[in-house]
Amino acid sequence: MARLSSENLETAYEIIARYPVKKSALIPLLHLAQEQDGWVTDVAMAHIAELVEVTPAEVIGTCTFYEMFKRKPVGKYVVNICTNISCQLLGGEELLHHAEQKLAIKAGATTADGLFTIEDVECIAACTEAPCLQVNYRYFHKITHGEFDSLIDDLKAGTRDEIPAHGTLAKVRQHIPAARRAGAVAPTDRAEPVWLIRNRQEGAS
Amino acid sequence: MSDTAAPTTVAITVNGVAVEAKPGELVIDACERNGVYIPRFCYHSRMRAVGMCRMCLVEIDGGRGPALQPSCMVSVSPDMKVFTESPVTKKAQDGILEFLLINHPLDCPVCDKGGECPLQDQTMAYGPGESRFVEEKRHFEKPIPISDLVYLDRERCILCDRCTRFAKEVAGDPLIHFQGRGNLTEVNTFPDDPFSSYFSGNTVQICPVGALTAKPYRFKARPWDLEEVESTSVVDSVGSRISVQSSRDRVLRFVGVDSDPVNWGWLTDKERFSFEALDHEGRLGGPLMRGNALGKLDAKGDQLVRATWAQALGAAASALTEAGPSRVGVLGGARLTNEAAYAWAKLTKGVLGTDNVDAQLADGLPADVVLGLPRATIDEACTPGGVIVLLGPDPKEELGALYLRLRHAVIEDRATLIELTPRSTGLSKFAAHRLHPRPGEVGELATALVADVAPTRAIAGVEPAAIAAATAALRSGKPVTVILGRTSLAEGTDAIVEAALTLRDGFPGVKFLSALRRGNVHGALDMGLSPGLLPGRTTLAASRAAFVDAWPNVPTATGLDATGILEAAASGRITTLVLLGADPLRDFPDAALAKKALETVEMLIAVDLFVTDSGRLADVVLAAAASSSEVDGSFTNLEGRVTAVRQKVTPPGTARADWMIAAELATRLGGDLGLESVEQIRAELAALSRIHEPLATGAFGDRDGVLITGGSVTVAPRERAVVPKSDAYSYRLIATRSMYDLGTVLQHSSSSAHLAPGTAVLLHPLDFDQLGVEAGARVKVSAAKASLHTIVHPDAGVPRGSAAMLFNQPDADVGGLLDARAAAIDVRVERV
Amino acid sequence: MTMNDVPKIITSRFDQGDAHTLDGYRRTHGYEGLAAALEKTPQQVADEVKAASLLGRGGAGFPAGIKWTLAPANVWPRYLVVNGDESEPGTYKDRMLLERDPHQLIEGVLIACYAVGCGQAFLYIRGEMAHAQERMAAALNEAYAAGFVGKNILGTDFSVDVVLHWGAGAYIVGEETALIESLEGNRGMPRLKPPFFPAAKGLYMQPTIVNNVETLSNLPWIIRNGVDEWNKLGAETSKGTRVFAVSGHVNNPGVFEVEFGVTTFRDIIFDPKFAGGIRGGKALKAFIPGGASAPWFYEEHLDLPLEKVAIDRAGSMLGSGAIVVMDEDTDMVKAALRLVRFFARESCGKCTPCREGTTWMEKIMQRILDGHGRPEDVALLMDTADNISVDFMWPPRMTTICPLGQSATTPIASAVMRFKDEFERYVGGPIELNVTVKGAAFIGPPTRKKEGSGV
Ligand SMILES: Cc1cc2nc3c(=O)[nH]c(=O)nc-3n(C[C@H](O)[C@H](O)[C@H](O)COP(=O)(O)O)c2cc1C
Ligand code: SF4
Ligand code: FES
Repeated sequence: MARLSSENLETAYEIIARYPVKKSALIPLLHLAQEQDGWVTDVAMAHIAELVEVTPAEVIGTCTFYEMFKRKPVGKYVVNICTNISCQLLGGEELLHHAEQKLAIKAGATTADGLFTIEDVECIAACTEAPCLQVNYRYFHKITHGEFDSLIDDLKAGTRDEIPAHGTLAKVRQHIPAARRAGAVAPTDRAEPVWLIRNRQEGAS
Repeated sequence: MSDTAAPTTVAITVNGVAVEAKPGELVIDACERNGVYIPRFCYHSRMRAVGMCRMCLVEIDGGRGPALQPSCMVSVSPDMKVFTESPVTKKAQDGILEFLLINHPLDCPVCDKGGECPLQDQTMAYGPGESRFVEEKRHFEKPIPISDLVYLDRERCILCDRCTRFAKEVAGDPLIHFQGRGNLTEVNTFPDDPFSSYFSGNTVQICPVGALTAKPYRFKARPWDLEEVESTSVVDSVGSRISVQSSRDRVLRFVGVDSDPVNWGWLTDKERFSFEALDHEGRLGGPLMRGNALGKLDAKGDQLVRATWAQALGAAASALTEAGPSRVGVLGGARLTNEAAYAWAKLTKGVLGTDNVDAQLADGLPADVVLGLPRATIDEACTPGGVIVLLGPDPKEELGALYLRLRHAVIEDRATLIELTPRSTGLSKFAAHRLHPRPGEVGELATALVADVAPTRAIAGVEPAAIAAATAALRSGKPVTVILGRTSLAEGTDAIVEAALTLRDGFPGVKFLSALRRGNVHGALDMGLSPGLLPGRTTLAASRAAFVDAWPNVPTATGLDATGILEAAASGRITTLVLLGADPLRDFPDAALAKKALETVEMLIAVDLFVTDSGRLADVVLAAAASSSEVDGSFTNLEGRVTAVRQKVTPPGTARADWMIAAELATRLGGDLGLESVEQIRAELAALSRIHEPLATGAFGDRDGVLITGGSVTVAPRERAVVPKSDAYSYRLIATRSMYDLGTVLQHSSSSAHLAPGTAVLLHPLDFDQLGVEAGARVKVSAAKASLHTIVHPDAGVPRGSAAMLFNQPDADVGGLLDARAAAIDVRVERV
Repeated sequence: MTMNDVPKIITSRFDQGDAHTLDGYRRTHGYEGLAAALEKTPQQVADEVKAASLLGRGGAGFPAGIKWTLAPANVWPRYLVVNGDESEPGTYKDRMLLERDPHQLIEGVLIACYAVGCGQAFLYIRGEMAHAQERMAAALNEAYAAGFVGKNILGTDFSVDVVLHWGAGAYIVGEETALIESLEGNRGMPRLKPPFFPAAKGLYMQPTIVNNVETLSNLPWIIRNGVDEWNKLGAETSKGTRVFAVSGHVNNPGVFEVEFGVTTFRDIIFDPKFAGGIRGGKALKAFIPGGASAPWFYEEHLDLPLEKVAIDRAGSMLGSGAIVVMDEDTDMVKAALRLVRFFARESCGKCTPCREGTTWMEKIMQRILDGHGRPEDVALLMDTADNISVDFMWPPRMTTICPLGQSATTPIASAVMRFKDEFERYVGGPIELNVTVKGAAFIGPPTRKKEGSGV
């Protein structure tokens, strides 16, 4: 519940350095904050504002536009059930109702033990695998009600290590090695790329 | 400024009628100029179009058949056909209006905007009668204060992005922002981080519905009860144009008016809400004199009691007569209209015969410098692609509307800004070159800037590379304007004058825009309220002969300036002192001297709207009418532009116009001023000062007024000021003003009075680290004259070796540290 | 998941288990296209792509080679932004390309940067696709280490950083100008085109090429095999292959790469090689040919070839390659409501008609579905839709900045015009409509009348 930790701050600087304009790092940094705390706190937003040199109001403006950023604590597992057209046609809404019953909460709510949040979401790009869902953005295709129940039971039992706690997106991060870095190109950097110049000159000669 | 080769008009048709548009003009503007008004909500001509409300959709045929397009985003092209009345246009616009209304509350009867609301007007004009929307409307918590001065009612908001765009684009304070998405979008601040912008009130003005309201105006009036006149704001020297709006003889609102060469419609909150001071309970409704607890007059009494005008004027006149010209001094005059300033100049110089008159309080620049350098207009300073040199105060703090123009010039019009200020300013973020010379040494820096060879060592604490880069920018051949004023109250004027003259001589064609801040100070100088000057930007020496007929006692020798007057008063050489809207105790950058002077004089006469701190010591207080809305007259802004101020309401009680007070005093002094009306004053002025002829003809009465140019004042050369070397333990003091302080008008504007932020002493982070205390620790700041206790903070905007503080704040008497005669002031900062 | 045996250009490695690794990719011609491109001049590469008439696969179907030429001459820097925000309901192909063949995309990105002269590339991937992020990050890390990305690529003077970027959940960010706003750290609200065509004024107001994942994934093949090989595939106006996701009530939902213009809807929905017909032997009621934004098609459209021009002419679009099939039992009011609700939830809120109109339409439809609707509500619904998309034309006459607002009206117009009886059953009485409907797909079999605008 705090500013970015020193380790995350290192990552934050690395991310910021990739962009020609600092503010571009805003969304990745909000993800980083969410990974740290499970949700995006005001304190973290204020810290990000400092890092990318904008006002906190601008950070919250961006943050609240995007569904994935939670401004209140959510469950350790956020279960996103797709009810959009392809899934709807094949029982997505029924799956959602089943989930609501199984966990005894309405979509949008979090279970009392803080383990699960259910969300009724839009298409998650697995349409041919309907009905489908995600747990912390990990896919489960063609889910039956029975399979849903055992998934929940497994999660409760803690036997699904492949699913990290809410907030962690990619477990692999991009790292650009210093020696291989071409560098961020600022919008004010008006030079023509060298390979174009070279080719033109070779073409002319 | 336009490109001569390009065609000057573009032929288009609007609803089948041929009209001429300007190249690049937006369709919405071209139509409006030609009498076809296209409805709109988000478009505002002073901000970037976003095309998001969609109200201005019209069918436009640019050659490929008509298509619905937002007229606020499309520029005209030759032979374009615009259809603002076609069935498709109508259908689209009616649809938008219905969409806007489905979630808008129908609380027009209790809404401040009711009666002047474009949404209401549009609905009346075109809208459907009954709502087809039976669902529940969007709900938000009732109005929330988003700052000290502004409330936001999110239910009424139509998400036009005007306030948020203003905050980011115009003011540069993006503290309000859209939050949420789609139908749940709202405008709001970050939690507990209010929209504390100096310019927040503008959002109220441009909100097309009643979503944003100003605390000082809420529920005060209905627009149809308001009467208005166009006038000029007198709060600072920009002279922003305003509409003064009143109801039942009370001013209820100042609204910014879009003057193209000046303020573009924007006002600072300080200006906008200064109307509150007009009927503040402390406002003087009549004269006061010394008296006793029973309210009886008593020259030795310990309080101020009511007196009649006859008593007060009589006492003042006899004291002035008794003292004689050499023992009289007059301080102030920037609060006055041009006409009143003329009357007072004539009273003091032409009747009393003293030249000890100064409209500035040692916080500006010598008058010959202000009047004698080649002058620039705001537009010239803001020339796209030009070079702006800031050798003056922080415009954001002292001249807000000018700040907005400069900011726009740098950000939108690619002007290059070079700062020659002792510390960072509100413009530093946009400055291409930030040169922060040590206080008192800017003259040397200027010499280095104009030199043919780049320096090899730091000058005035500025690195050679930075100097070379700035020199290159100055030599780029683009027009250069110097914003010239007092960079800090803790350094003398000599170095600044030297720098100005060096730049003038070093870069031919350079012009100067005065940044003296105080209301009508430029009008006061033009009218001769300064030692050695006469009306018309001329000197006693040059024009005395021309004035003797009209001004029988016009002095022969140059008198004392403000510092001189106070020194003379403190030592008993001046015995009668007139404060013409001046409060030296608060406002003179040497509080100890001011105090001694006021306590020593035999007769202190204050002419003011309020009893100020200085006024409390007065023997006679004369109640004056406010220049912005209680008198007719004219105002001269920092460009030399004269615009009208107009009376809208009657002054309280028997308070009267300053020129009338001068005229009556003159009569009692046995020397009729011969001035019985504002028109008569203008005629006499024009006869004596050719450059002021437009005042007599009335040619200044339009919105943009008239630029007064010319005059014969030249700048006297100065010797280089010698600044004593600081010792290793000292910091050079920088004392600047902030927008909110203990200024008279501000302290009587109820909603803003508490906004004075207080001060701390700011040191460069490295200096701060050396001090070995934590941020916010209490320290003692000592100068030669006095010391004070305050807290200390690191601030990277303060150069190493300097210490910055704010002047005239409630929590520390920085004025006490200052010395009006010192070229620079060193202080020690020690932990306590 | 079923694959088919017709030419595979970009899904060729889908069944190769290690294609996402650098080794696996290189074993199957990986990075040979890049090497071939670097042998040519940038201009030659650009010309080749232009000659290939590679239609954009993101939705609008604009030829990539031509888009590249729209960047104003001599304005630098230029950027490349990869649109990997895939969120259009029914669309499922970019995620597979990202997860299963990430290097193919990286290679495509590099070829594009080389040809256009882009100084930096950004890979904007939908936030919800954690696995795709991981695969891309790993692939980029490998490619950097091996010298395929970054400074002096393959030892040449061609240098470019490819930056992986996360989205965070907002369909509208798939729209290219919103994508750019989002990449600048802002709310993903679209910019008006004109003037903000990305090719001229895009990221940081610099010339920016925005291309879809699938579009760019074609480049390695084109450069490796040559434009002549490519142009042998597909229809006159739509070259190459295209990946379609067929979902809904079919026996064999799947992602299929098919040759443009050769295959018909009937083939892809009914052929056992592809989706294999309607489940349970039921009859087809309607299908969405190109994602949620596309006007619906019916029985009479089945023999249209999967090819841009024919489908545009019939009043709909191939859009993002998402075919959603609905059988005879489908409740069309319910289906339409679900799509309208999607657009209402995803409206960015910038334009009044979209922000207010989509929510209003959703509320009206919900009321109808809940049994509280009155016959005049359907007329109100259509009139509201008509206020967003005046006269239901195709291509639409929009009152909004981007097509999202108008997209919300297509399921309504489709459902109401075709299945009026279902609405009448819900509202319990005959419906009278009072709007003009001009889009071909909304009014019947594909015959296109030329419509002008009423002035
Ligand atoms: C509302 C909306 C959503 C879109 N979503 C996507 C998307 O998710 N992925 C995509 O590639 N293009 C999407 N597009 C299309 C893009 O605006 C753009 O045309 C495309 O990225 C260009 O790439 P292409 O030329 O390679 O197709 C969307 C367009 C709209 C109007
Ligand atoms: S149409 Fe909708 S989604 Fe598109 S810009 Fe307008 S409000 Fe945003
Ligand atoms: S005024 Fe043009 S869209 Fe709002």
